[in-house]
Amino acid sequence: MAQAITHQFEKNRALTVLKDLVSRPSGAIGLSLVMFHLVLAIISPYIAPFDYKLQNSSLMLSAPDAVHWLGADHLGRDVFSRTLMGGREALLVTGIATPLAVIWGGFIGILFGLVGGRLDEVLMRVVDAFLSLPWILKMLVIIVTFGSGTAVLIPTLAFFYGVPVIRIARAATHDVIARDFVWSAKARGHSRISIIWRELLPNVLDALMVEGAMRWSWMLLAFSSLSFLGFGVSPPTPDWGLMISDARGFMSFAPWGVIGPVIALSSLIIGINLTADALAKALGIDRAQKAPV
Amino acid sequence: MNTSSFIDIQNLSVGYTSRSQKIIKVLRDVSLTINRGESVGLVGESGSGKSTLALAAMGYFKRGLRALNGSVHFNNINMLGLDHDELQKIRGGNLALIPQNSGQSLTPTLRIGRQIAEALRLHSGLDQTAFDDRIIEILSQVRLPNPAALINRYPHELSGGQQQRVAIAMALAGQPDALLLDEPTTGLDVTTQAHILELLRDLARDRNMAMLYVSHDLGAISRVCDNVVVMYAGEVVLTGSSRQTLLAPKHPYAHGLLTSIPRLKQKELPVALDGRPPMPGETITGCAFADRCALADDQCRTASPPLTRLESAESIRCFHHDKIDQLTTSSQRVKQRKAARKGTGETTLGLEDLAITYAKSGFLTQFLSNSPPPPATVDNININIEKGETLGLVGESGSGKSTILKTIAGLISPKNGGIILNQDTKLTAKVEDRPSMNLRQIQMIFQNPDDSLNPRHTVAQILAQPLRLYFQLSGKDLHDRSVKLLEQVRLGEHYLSRLPSQLSGGEKQRVAIARAFAAEPEIVLCDEVTSALDVSVQAAVLDLLNVLKKERGTTYIFVSHDLAVVKAISDRVAVLYQGRLCEIGPSDAVYQAPFHPYTDVLLGAVLEPDPDTAPTLSADDVVELSPPAKGCPFQRRCPKKLGEICENQTPPAQISNQGHVIHCHIPLKELH
Repeated sequence: MAQAITHQFEKNRALTVLKDLVSRPSGAIGLSLVMFHLVLAIISPYIAPFDYKLQNSSLMLSAPDAVHWLGADHLGRDVFSRTLMGGREALLVTGIATPLAVIWGGFIGILFGLVGGRLDEVLMRVVDAFLSLPWILKMLVIIVTFGSGTAVLIPTLAFFYGVPVIRIARAATHDVIARDFVWSAKARGHSRISIIWRELLPNVLDALMVEGAMRWSWMLLAFSSLSFLGFGVSPPTPDWGLMISDARGFMSFAPWGVIGPVIALSSLIIGINLTADALAKALGIDRAQKAPV
Repeated sequence: MNTSSFIDIQNLSVGYTSRSQKIIKVLRDVSLTINRGESVGLVGESGSGKSTLALAAMGYFKRGLRALNGSVHFNNINMLGLDHDELQKIRGGNLALIPQNSGQSLTPTLRIGRQIAEALRLHSGLDQTAFDDRIIEILSQVRLPNPAALINRYPHELSGGQQQRVAIAMALAGQPDALLLDEPTTGLDVTTQAHILELLRDLARDRNMAMLYVSHDLGAISRVCDNVVVMYAGEVVLTGSSRQTLLAPKHPYAHGLLTSIPRLKQKELPVALDGRPPMPGETITGCAFADRCALADDQCRTASPPLTRLESAESIRCFHHDKIDQLTTSSQRVKQRKAARKGTGETTLGLEDLAITYAKSGFLTQFLSNSPPPPATVDNININIEKGETLGLVGESGSGKSTILKTIAGLISPKNGGIILNQDTKLTAKVEDRPSMNLRQIQMIFQNPDDSLNPRHTVAQILAQPLRLYFQLSGKDLHDRSVKLLEQVRLGEHYLSRLPSQLSGGEKQRVAIARAFAAEPEIVLCDEVTSALDVSVQAAVLDLLNVLKKERGTTYIFVSHDLAVVKAISDRVAVLYQGRLCEIGPSDAVYQAPFHPYTDVLLGAVLEPDPDTAPTLSADDVVELSPPAKGCPFQRRCPKKLGEICENQTPPAQISNQGHVIHCHIPLKELH
């Protein structure tokens, strides 16, 4: 009896963490926001009331009404339909790039952490120097050189957002390898691979998961910024960053063009951040304890 | 109310609301009174609520905790009714706290003088110009050498004992009438601890302070406190004078705690107090201690005993306190627990001229400074360990005892010398180069099971590692073997699926022991394996190690800073100072005259839970950072130092009897 209960508890650590996550207000709100956006991204082509490409010059910059809930943009396209579909491209690109970033950054970070010593210090200073350059500058150089298609954006985002992951993975590795269970495995004579795989990785993975969620939200913001600057999605594909960019010129007299995409983008990013916060707490690696003073 | 005490806690309950909206009590209707000039010791296992109670005395509750009912008065002020600012005036001024880890409670970026000045500014009302003199006065009060120079030092430049003294000095800055001490000497070396306790005792006496001394160490309590309060599962179960409580405890729990402490005069292993205390929030019907109590009957399991006052001025929460004598006899019956004795005469592990060095100055520093390299951390260790014996290694922190263990395990490479296994195999320095066979023969158990068990692995996975690695077991064989190992460490099969976080401290250490024995080792290295555990649990772990040794004839090398623990388990004891051997011999001989002067100092500082023994403090509690380049390692602290000979010549090995060797220039006859 007791065995069955404890067994179940341990087998499903993922499930326990998930339960803990949704039992926290931030986790529940965050996760539902994220899920809402993900579901919307999938079904939006089927539920959008109008074709996102359809231009109607008689509707140009018209105010919201019963038919066009969020009005129309400067080309007379339905803002509501475009907002519904505006996250598809961003979610697709970042959804692929984030895991890639966490994997390569995590791999290199763990490697640096294991190498340790002077070489690790030197390599980390290189990473620091790299991080000190503004990301937008670095990314624009790549995009200007190679073009701005999805095939370029995914590896570019994955590369640049993997660099900060190195720091996190390295720090987590340093914390773990100093602990006695690693020494104990070493004294027993386990191979290096086995120590990394069994002792180190499960403990570093938690930190990487939280970091991955944070990177995702940063990456979404970066993607939208690129679109805003005209380097992301190419028209007429709807994208929040691009929509904000297009509509900002008319903001003083037709603010509805901006409001829809702004709310959509910020709710998604807030949702991801809330989820990441709650995830860190559920995994027990949250460091943002309330200060005693 | 006319007999109002200085610190007066009445019927206090403290608890928190769990995430399932249940109120969980950490303290249950606790009353505690302390008069001016009285010192009260608060004892109990970890989780008994003793620290919570001490902090509640200053109106402080850890985050999430709150007072549910009851009152806390200090000097007739209701501490629970004050706001933050009013509390702040009292805390640190009239009522001061000395925390456990003072190294962490001092601000690392402030010089010692500034930190104390801040306490003076807040709580003394002295003029700024008078600060310097007052700081020096306080620092000399806590017997810190050269206070004028100390003012300009940073906390990290001081040793642990000195830091603790500075923390005491800060507490004294506000001229307190009451001190709360939360395990103030835990983590300090024996000699340092003894010095600090003497200091606290004298201070309390001279200044007529009230003290509340929280500790799990009954030895320390017996030295400092007039009265003792024993707590169990958030309740007070016994209060009385320390003499009564320590010599003839009337509560079965206090009795069990006392018998589980190893003592120097005892020849056998202490008797363990089995079981574990209930967790906060667990439903308790009847007496909370009933499950672990040999006297428990049906009444104890159904009704909860009230705290009753006896004629002897003790208060006790037990139905059967008059039957306590039965317990004494029943525990005397288990005298055969004597440590399994003695090897076969065959050497299983030989340490030959072992030298280990940590300090590796860079090429450039060596080239530029032209100074000789620092002396090795561990040097000239020659010990032959017989098959089936237990060798104890004792010494203060920095004595190199753990370093030697790690070197044997292959985790640190020696600078010089060799480790010979079974008289024929010279072990390679690095663990990576050792054949699997030799790795299996030597296993290590670490100090803190929280750190030595991977928090992400279940017990089954933890035990599977050596079984897979050395015996290639899998499937049903693996499971059966794991279950058997758990049985041997007295844990049930259902533990297999647990994670370390679901185990108590003692259970975790049992799993760590099971993991070491899974390899069927010949030699087990025990590195302070009981230091992180409660005394009751410690006794059980020592007993387990002893039983396993009896069954398998395993050889132990047992490292500990606790001389009584080492005596209880070891056949032979080696005393180390600064990585050099001072004395080695059969444990009975080492703990008797003739002594090496260092052994004498160590033994003198041991605190026993007996109000009739007092420690003798014969050497300063200074901490040396590196061993002297030549001569006797103990030359700088030795109370019996002869003179230049101790500084220049390596002391000779003098053989007393039955292989008892003392490294000292003083003739054996004078070492009594």
